[in-house]
Amino acid sequence: MDEKILEIEDLVVEYKTERATVHALNGVDLSLSKGESLGLVGESGAGKTTTALSILNLLPEASAVIKSGDIRYHGKSVFRMNDKELQSMRGGKISMIFQNPLTALNPVFTVGEQIAVVLRVHQGMSRKAASERAKELLEMVGIAGYRIKDYPHQFSGGMRQRVGIAAGLACNPEVLIADEPTTALDVTIQAQILELMKELQTKYDTSLLMITHNLGIISELCQKVAVMYAGRIIEYGTVREVFKHPMHPYTAGLLNALPKLEGPRERLVAIPGRVADPQDLPDGCRFHPRCEGCQARCKEEIPPMVRVNDDHYVACFGAKEGI
Amino acid sequence: MERSEIVDHNEPLIQAQHLKKYFKITKNKTLHAVDDVSFDIYPGETLGLVGESGCGKSTVGNVIMRLLPRTEGKLLYRGKDVFQADREEALALCQKMQIIFQDPYSSLNPRKTIRSILSEAYEIHRYGTKEEISKAVEALCERVQIPMNLLDHFPHELDGGMRQIVGIARALSLNADFIVCDEPVSSLDVSIQARIVNLLMDIQKEMGLSYLFISHDLSVVRHISSRIAVMYLGQIVEIAETDEMFANTRHPYSLALLSAVPRVDVDKKVSRIVLKGDVPSPVNPKPGCRFAPRCWMAQEICRQEAPAMSEVAPGHCVACHFAQETRERMKTAEISSLAD
Repeated sequence: MDEKILEIEDLVVEYKTERATVHALNGVDLSLSKGESLGLVGESGAGKTTTALSILNLLPEASAVIKSGDIRYHGKSVFRMNDKELQSMRGGKISMIFQNPLTALNPVFTVGEQIAVVLRVHQGMSRKAASERAKELLEMVGIAGYRIKDYPHQFSGGMRQRVGIAAGLACNPEVLIADEPTTALDVTIQAQILELMKELQTKYDTSLLMITHNLGIISELCQKVAVMYAGRIIEYGTVREVFKHPMHPYTAGLLNALPKLEGPRERLVAIPGRVADPQDLPDGCRFHPRCEGCQARCKEEIPPMVRVNDDHYVACFGAKEGI
Repeated sequence: MERSEIVDHNEPLIQAQHLKKYFKITKNKTLHAVDDVSFDIYPGETLGLVGESGCGKSTVGNVIMRLLPRTEGKLLYRGKDVFQADREEALALCQKMQIIFQDPYSSLNPRKTIRSILSEAYEIHRYGTKEEISKAVEALCERVQIPMNLLDHFPHELDGGMRQIVGIARALSLNADFIVCDEPVSSLDVSIQARIVNLLMDIQKEMGLSYLFISHDLSVVRHISSRIAVMYLGQIVEIAETDEMFANTRHPYSLALLSAVPRVDVDKKVSRIVLKGDVPSPVNPKPGCRFAPRCWMAQEICRQEAPAMSEVAPGHCVACHFAQETRERMKTAEISSLAD
């Protein structure tokens, strides 16, 4: 039915350091269809960014080990692509917007040059044509065209992030990966960026993988959501379904822990314990030490992802019995 | 609601009067970080201070704690002028006024154990013998639920949430009754954040503390505060009781700020006011209303004359020439709707 552009299958990634092994991803399954916007939510250390970097085969070679699993872009494994194929994919077909707009841009080139280089490499444009197009792109994200000769330090944080978005969109990518694109920005600027992304997504039918810890952003921007905990997807489905009827105790816990902007101010329900340490993961369900409904089975077996209904999947033994 | 309701409205605990903090950059350039800020905080209440980065909210906290010298203005603690205090009085005030910092990674000395971090205040203020101090530290840990076995660990061995609890314990050690909380939960994960917010509210109730709660996160501020002050470019533009602030927002900036927060509830989408441009520089600000360049209802008068604070409802003050019209204007203004 839906055309799957990107498929991640049972991906296991470890980071090796001298002292320890960090189990960043422990079997991630995820797919993205054409035009779909998927939110990937989780707390720090859940493996969100590692997932994003794996898709572009950008994991640091010195420390990261892909233990098993595969990522296929249009059926072709990104781990088996040669340099040329990788280069045409990165920035051309799949592009990424990074979290920190301060460090993602090169300080010694003008923003115009940085956007134009994407076009020259991927579309073989001439210097002049690329520069013209860069100007258009800047205007599209709401920055005056005459500023293409300015350097990143002459822009504010929100504007730099727009430059990052303009560069990301330069080649009309099929997939846009946004890794916490607004975390470093103020709310009013965040609102500008979110409106912009929403507009662009409907206009160009780009698939979006939105990585964030902010459930509100997912609720506004995405159709589907995948909740990550300790390197696994533990709940997946449409945003409406997952946020209204969370099945996994972790998802429910996250939603309860958030202070609300409307309604009565009730005491927050904190999730006990601490976020699982990827260097020392518990056996069985990674969430069991923090889970109220923990049973003997949870401590030994890793719960598989089961289908609740068409729009909703969950990896929890307790949830399955509840139906 | 579990917020402390024993609020004595007769005698403010803290009174900030026309506080100013300017930073001289060059001969002709002055950064107006805090520009004429006044507020009262009553015993047992929490005043939330919200605003975007660079609006001066942390500077207010630092000036109150005398971590930065003020440029002008007065700060009264129980009617006593804090900035005029002599050495001895200042030391006594230290016990009563404390601060919790944003970043629990850099605000604890990495070379000291948790025990010695928590003992320090007792030692400085000559609390008693070693045994007495040790007992006091343990009692403190019990109150904020720091496991005793962590006392001999170093800060790097603790996770962010626990470190922030140590920061809270340190602020509480000398029975302070006023605490500046400078973005205490901003660097924490959601599941941990809830625990810290609950802890802050519990000890407030238990010990009758007053907080100045500085944060950019409106939902956290709404949750914890009895009153809220919204800051923009060094000035308070609106101040009101929490429910009044949310139900009856009057300043166009407060409205934009409120509408900008992404809502989790999929069925409750609000219309959003998207502000154009960025926060202007606080260096040599122009006359007139500071928000005028980004305001969707700015008129000629806004660019010429700075609006004065005026009371629109009991306890609800707004600094806007058109405070009475904001809500009507919002309906007709050009706003993007998020409703599906």
